[in-house]
Amino acid sequence: MKNIFSNMKTHNLIFLAACVLVLLISRSVFATLAFAFLFGAPLFFMSELPAYASTGERIWQYTYLTLCTFIFVFLITPILVIVPLSFNVEPYFTFTDGMLSLDPDAFSTRWYKDIFYNGMAAPNATEGWWADMWNNAQWIRATRNSFFIALCSTFLATTLGTLAALGLSQPNMPYRNLITSLLISPMIVPLVIMATGMFFFYSDVGLAKTYLGVILAHTTLGVPFVIITVTATLTGFDRSLIRASQGMGANGWATFRKVIMPLILPGMISGALFAFITSLDEVVAVLFLADVEQRTIPRQMFSGIREQISPTILAVATILVMISIGLLTVVELLRRRSERLRGLAPA
Amino acid sequence: MKLPKLLLSSLIAAGLMSTAGLAQAGSHSESITVVSWGGAYTKSQVEAYHKPWIAKTGKQIKSEDYNGGTAEIKAQVEAGNVTWDLVDVELSDAIRACDEGLLETIDHSELPAGADGKPATEDFMEGTLHECAVANIVWSTIFAYDKSKMADGPKTIADFFDLEKFPGKRGLRKNPKSNLEFALMADGVAAKDVYEVLATEEGVDRAFKKLDSIKDSVIWWEAGAQPPQLLADGEVAMTTAYNGRIFNAVAGEDKPFEIVWDGQIWDLDLWVIPKGAKNKDLAMDFLKFSTATEQLAAQASYISYGPARMSSAPLVGKYHNKDIDMGPQMPTAPDNLTNAVQNNFEFWADNQDQLSERFNAWLAG
Amino acid sequence: MSEVSAQQNPNAILSDDGVPLKQKLARTTRTLKWRAFLLTLPLVLFLFISFVLPIGQMLLRSVHNPSASNVLPQFAEIIQDWDEQGLPDEAVFAAFVDDMQTAKKNREIGKTIGNLATRMNYEMPGTRSLFTSTGRKVNKIKAGPYKEALLKTNKKWDNPVIWRTLKRVSRDYTPAFYLAALDRKYDDDGNIVRADELYQIYVSNFGKTLGMSVVITFFCFILAFPVAYLLSTLPMRTSNLLMILVLLPFWTSLLVRTTAWIAILQTEGIINDILVYLGVVADDGRIQMIYNQTGTIISMVHILLPFMILPLYSVMKTISPSYMRAARSMGGTPFNAFRRIYFPQTLPGIAAGTLLVFILSIGFYITPALVGGEDGILISNLIAYHIQKSLNWSLGAALGAILLVVILVLYWLYNKLVGIEKLSFG
Repeated sequence: MKNIFSNMKTHNLIFLAACVLVLLISRSVFATLAFAFLFGAPLFFMSELPAYASTGERIWQYTYLTLCTFIFVFLITPILVIVPLSFNVEPYFTFTDGMLSLDPDAFSTRWYKDIFYNGMAAPNATEGWWADMWNNAQWIRATRNSFFIALCSTFLATTLGTLAALGLSQPNMPYRNLITSLLISPMIVPLVIMATGMFFFYSDVGLAKTYLGVILAHTTLGVPFVIITVTATLTGFDRSLIRASQGMGANGWATFRKVIMPLILPGMISGALFAFITSLDEVVAVLFLADVEQRTIPRQMFSGIREQISPTILAVATILVMISIGLLTVVELLRRRSERLRGLAPA
Repeated sequence: MKLPKLLLSSLIAAGLMSTAGLAQAGSHSESITVVSWGGAYTKSQVEAYHKPWIAKTGKQIKSEDYNGGTAEIKAQVEAGNVTWDLVDVELSDAIRACDEGLLETIDHSELPAGADGKPATEDFMEGTLHECAVANIVWSTIFAYDKSKMADGPKTIADFFDLEKFPGKRGLRKNPKSNLEFALMADGVAAKDVYEVLATEEGVDRAFKKLDSIKDSVIWWEAGAQPPQLLADGEVAMTTAYNGRIFNAVAGEDKPFEIVWDGQIWDLDLWVIPKGAKNKDLAMDFLKFSTATEQLAAQASYISYGPARMSSAPLVGKYHNKDIDMGPQMPTAPDNLTNAVQNNFEFWADNQDQLSERFNAWLAG
Repeated sequence: MSEVSAQQNPNAILSDDGVPLKQKLARTTRTLKWRAFLLTLPLVLFLFISFVLPIGQMLLRSVHNPSASNVLPQFAEIIQDWDEQGLPDEAVFAAFVDDMQTAKKNREIGKTIGNLATRMNYEMPGTRSLFTSTGRKVNKIKAGPYKEALLKTNKKWDNPVIWRTLKRVSRDYTPAFYLAALDRKYDDDGNIVRADELYQIYVSNFGKTLGMSVVITFFCFILAFPVAYLLSTLPMRTSNLLMILVLLPFWTSLLVRTTAWIAILQTEGIINDILVYLGVVADDGRIQMIYNQTGTIISMVHILLPFMILPLYSVMKTISPSYMRAARSMGGTPFNAFRRIYFPQTLPGIAAGTLLVFILSIGFYITPALVGGEDGILISNLIAYHIQKSLNWSLGAALGAILLVVILVLYWLYNKLVGIEKLSFG
């Protein structure tokens, strides 16, 4: 025992003592764990300091790292907190005593079932359950709408955006700055203004309250992301590669397919994923342009939050977080792959 | 290359899956979209109108909820893509939308005669038939409290504004309509003079001043389903509400709520058909069916709103599954009308815009 | 691809065919320019139709409102010659009555008396019923004198202010909605005056929107700077790991994050529960942290924080640590070295981050609509209110136009200071 303690640095000892103190005062394991995490995490990064640092610098460094820990906690807690809450057996947005003592009866998947049952004609029927769920359950219909709209608009945005990015990255592009500004502007112009304008205009031409109207709006919103990511993969692109391929007898299409395409593909896909998630998350244009037929997941969440917040929304939110994690992972993998391909980062 | 390709193909597969059947599910030609206020009210209509009509005609009804106002009707009509076939609206909205050409006109002679043989034009109560609208019910904005939490509860509308005698939060609809009338009545204006006072600048000032006295304790609601929820959650000590919603919470869910009828503001709900509705004829058929004597009376056994036809009144009996007489629960019951005012649609048609502006400025300030 | 044809062009090899090389080069460059431009053309056209044109049409709506001349075509023309003294003459009245009679029969949207009444009611509150009730009686007027007959249906027509307002409203192009958007109006004599204090809402809301955006941008900056610095100084492996904590919120649905903040901040929510548990506040004295400005600011800071961290990080990553070491070795205190050497180098990142966050927060709609309550709503919410609820579309458009101008100025500034090509994610 003596050995272990003498090997530990002073600040670790102080930290341990503080934890014990918190435990004694609060008599709560949760409070102590929270304290230990918030004030202990910075200690991990402390060791990075050079050995000659003074005590004052060490204290400053610790304070700074604690501050950063709090900011990270601020960033991530809201996303983590909804996950356990979505399993609450009670229809409340808060941790019950049962949940805190990890009582299995305090948890349930009823809100997840509710995602399917809500709107179904006969949730308890055995015959025709699947067809009923597929066609009538409100959240399922919303999900189908969301994916249909997101996929169509992603396809359009990626195609148009990639072509334009290829043009923009050519050295001879005229009015490059002006055109880029125009193509990026859907990201900057407030959604309400855009949606209002589209609502009037699309009403005149008969596109309001149709799938096509929403898809066009979402395409517009997705375009800037594709432009940005594809242009990014084309910066530092060695144009002599094109000449090399031509020199070896490839025609324009072959050059594009064999040389340019592999290089910009990661950018295209992450741009497509950005466009996809933008559409999946977009609600303002849907509020203005869509009818109940085109109701999407965020639209359904929006009215749910406005009128009556049910934990079903938390269950849906949890699923959406999982989707985000998946997409984020893909984008990160692609980014690294692209950097490796272009030799920007060590493999 | 593997990862992107796999991703692409799975996304496309998912897309095809999700779209399969979208189009076909959306185009039932033999169905109408009926829009109403949601919750207990829509439920009463489903029981009394929708189900018997579906059984009789074999057609389908898509039921949608909204929170009142003519915005969506206007948007659909102007967009030339009208997906709502029949909408349940307040009187002032019906008149305004009709004036602006947003609604189909309705031929009153087509409406079925009353059960006693009287033609519809005589059977419907005065002021319930309009160029573009046919009333189905009389409803009322009242205020209510939880008597399990307040043994000696409020009795008058003045008590609602008395934070000293009855501390606690108040629920009010986020709309100047009805709040200004309540405020004036609480300030001592007689029910019959309310709109006369409100027509003057001083009267409006007076109403806002009264509202000011409770502003910090108000929780604002928008959907009709919210007030019973606010009371049940203990978020408010008392709240204004549509009388049927409170009644149904009491009768259907055994909530210990009490309605205060003093100062009630009653109004009509009417069916309207947006201009260019895709299933106009079918909607008209449903309208005629649902405003027949028997259906109006049947609705009254599910929610405490008074039928708009005189011939329905004798048929109003008890709550559908409990031994509660519905008659005394109606806004039009004599005991409930001792201090009541009818919503003045003309006043609101004239002043809604301006008073909303002031109300919004007041809310934000 | 463009090079392909340039080389396949048989002229290319025949450089000494009499055509000067300079001219040839210019021609080739022009072809290349066109090719580049043609690639962007589909998208430019698409955005023009789906985005630029709709917004342009909306801007037009803010000054163009032909409700009156649609309903009263003859009257709208003839009234413009009136000198605004007393009441208009008989000819004007005759045109008015005739137009009203036609309009009464009209059920076409945009041409009914109700449309005119709505338009007039914006300028002269309380006149709607005068028009609609006159509409119901106007068909009884069979012959002149029309002035007398009209006054008989309602003596309010005797008021010259109504006719002056009608004259103003009859012009198709009007600045009235911009005046309303700036809390101004016409008085009875047609002068522009401030609206009654009790009805002023827009100027103060523009102010509030800007003020809250400044606060949000400031908090984002305060929180983002230390985190971005940490991420840029840690070893790659650790910082990539921590970066996930920044990117995950960035990828998570806005509505999910707003919902989460409701769960955390509401009176029956997690923070209040903790405070009650700790005994900081009493159970009946729970703090209102949401459905007001506080709630809006907290959730918006959370939502926009990644937009500040990412540009800061990408700039800080390029700053070599040797500068700081050099400053220290030359005797600078850590604080001085940071202030004079490090901080100035981060300025491009700061400009990019603050401008982006500021631009995005000015136009925010969803979060204030859900957690803003009554005093936390921004100008976007008022625009949506006029488009979707009050149906005063021209006023909504005017408010939108003002907001758009502010945004475009900031966007131009961003382009000047940072450069649009610097925008990137992740």
